Amino acid sequence: MIGELLTLQVLLGILTSGIRLATPYLYAGIGETFGQRSGVLNLGVEGQMLIGAFAAFYTVRQTGNLWLGLLVAILVGALMGLAMAFVSITLRAKQGISGIGFFLFGLGLSDLLFQKMLGTVQTVSGFRPIPLPVLSDIPLLGQVFFNQNLLVYGAYVLVPIASFVLNQTTFGLKIRAVGENPEAADSLGVNVSRIRYITVTLGGAFSGLAGSSLSIALLNVFQQNLTSGLGFIAVALVYFGGWRPWGVLAGALLFSMVNALQLWVQVLGLPIPSEFAVMMPYVLTIVALVVAVQRVRPPTALTKPFVREG
Amino acid sequence: MRKMMQVFGVLVVLALVLSACGGGGGGGKFRVAIVTPSARNDLAFSQSIYDAIVKVQTAKGGPDKFEFVISESMFVVDDAGAAIRDYASQGYDLVIAHGSQYGGVLQEIAPDFPKVSFAWGTTVDTFAEKGIKNVFAYEARSEQGGYVNGVMAGKLTKSNVVGVVGPIETGDAKLYVDGFIAGVKASNPNARVTVNWIGSFSDVALASEAAQTHIGAGADVMAGTAQMVVGAIGVAKDNNVLWLGTQANQTSLAPNIVVANQIYDWSGVILEMIDLINKGTLGGKAFEITLANKGLYIEYNSAYSLPADVRKLADDTAQGIISGAISVK
Repeated sequence: MIGELLTLQVLLGILTSGIRLATPYLYAGIGETFGQRSGVLNLGVEGQMLIGAFAAFYTVRQTGNLWLGLLVAILVGALMGLAMAFVSITLRAKQGISGIGFFLFGLGLSDLLFQKMLGTVQTVSGFRPIPLPVLSDIPLLGQVFFNQNLLVYGAYVLVPIASFVLNQTTFGLKIRAVGENPEAADSLGVNVSRIRYITVTLGGAFSGLAGSSLSIALLNVFQQNLTSGLGFIAVALVYFGGWRPWGVLAGALLFSMVNALQLWVQVLGLPIPSEFAVMMPYVLTIVALVVAVQRVRPPTALTKPFVREG
Repeated sequence: MRKMMQVFGVLVVLALVLSACGGGGGGGKFRVAIVTPSARNDLAFSQSIYDAIVKVQTAKGGPDKFEFVISESMFVVDDAGAAIRDYASQGYDLVIAHGSQYGGVLQEIAPDFPKVSFAWGTTVDTFAEKGIKNVFAYEARSEQGGYVNGVMAGKLTKSNVVGVVGPIETGDAKLYVDGFIAGVKASNPNARVTVNWIGSFSDVALASEAAQTHIGAGADVMAGTAQMVVGAIGVAKDNNVLWLGTQANQTSLAPNIVVANQIYDWSGVILEMIDLINKGTLGGKAFEITLANKGLYIEYNSAYSLPADVRKLADDTAQGIISGAISVK
């Protein structure tokens, strides 16, 4: 039984699927990492993704311009992020509740716009796979890793960049300081609210991008509730990844690979009930989460609004 | 705070006025309310009931004689229950709960409104055994068109691998997939059908990846059911793999590779229900749409050139099911 899974065809299939499936998690999860490291929990990721997915899809449908679609998705995502920042930072609303509010807003608005402006499920021609020169000629693995569409490459390139920004730059240091000890950061002249505004807006922009990676690159359709819970899994992956971009990458790949594995388990007709197979990625993630969380501590100021003393 | 109270007050008054306008005043119009789990334009399950009610409205003389409302995207069963109860208390003649998941709430609501007729699908249970008399049941014998689609798939595959993307292994979806597999086996005993139940009616990304998996395993013909298959159809299109659709016409998504669709047409069933209601029977009967009563039919994509012998075989198979010569289980 295990032998059937260990063929080259199946392993390459799992890798290719896993890499694609992980793409939206990476954008959304890394965006969320910035917000959470600065102390803001945004549960509205899913709503931001839906709005971004619709905006990109509609723009491409109308203009045929993929880059414009991408830009619009990033902008509306950033706008949603800015709204979340205003509510959670300036108005100091409870972050969990306001995040859910933004999720429902995004779910409803994207559906309404879809019904009114498109009316039915349609398709666009999105970003096509681009084989990278030389690299895609590597036997076997070349096709897996280096024959993807642009937004897939982008998601993986983002990981080291995000990690560098968070850990090696002054801006990253300020983000971490604001998330760990906002009072101390404030007394050293760091503008806590401004840093949080920037990270939450940035997170929104990445969520919009995550949505567009579905609607104009991987799936090339828009449908009501297209993201179907992906945004919430992305938030969970931030915890899973210990609030580090590389950790988010590990979590996203693990979850996606196991999902791809269970698809193959069914296709090969292995004697495992489908209900159990679809549970596998979730069960494994929970187990890994329990193990992982023992090691890492969340940002101390996470979910706590900052009020300047005196 | 006071301002908020004022706004709230205005909203309450507005709501009361609006509901007063909406309620009563039917004036001889037949009024139907429908609650669906997904969007009316999902190219699948909810679309099928929406298309049917539009057809019924035309048959009944247009909006002046026949009025309908639809609450769509009620994937939360409690919300659907609240909507069903609302419509019943507003005196709609027929309230259609279009989703097998709505059975539990309907069973509680229906006895409270003995003068309102309800319909529940897809199911065969009218709750008659529980003493409830005002619920009709309806279901699609989707295995019949599934079988015809399967027969075509078996003939069209060159790799002898056929892939199916399904939501959850239950109800209508299971009937369709079982019929489809039987059809493939009947027309091509050497073909292998692989099935992927993805555990969701809405996860388009996973449906897309399930299709990739089938293609990776060698499939050159695919089928699937429920609203998330739009993701799989996109993958079929990109890889030039043939697609057989069900529940609604999916040809517009990929005109080059969709071979045929099994279409659900509930309008005949709804018209029969209306006749019964007008005669005073509010429930207790279970309806089904079949190839024989034309509630199900195969719509071929004219843009795809289906070989004549396969087309004939499909037509003969449908006739065989209608005449009873072929039995699909």
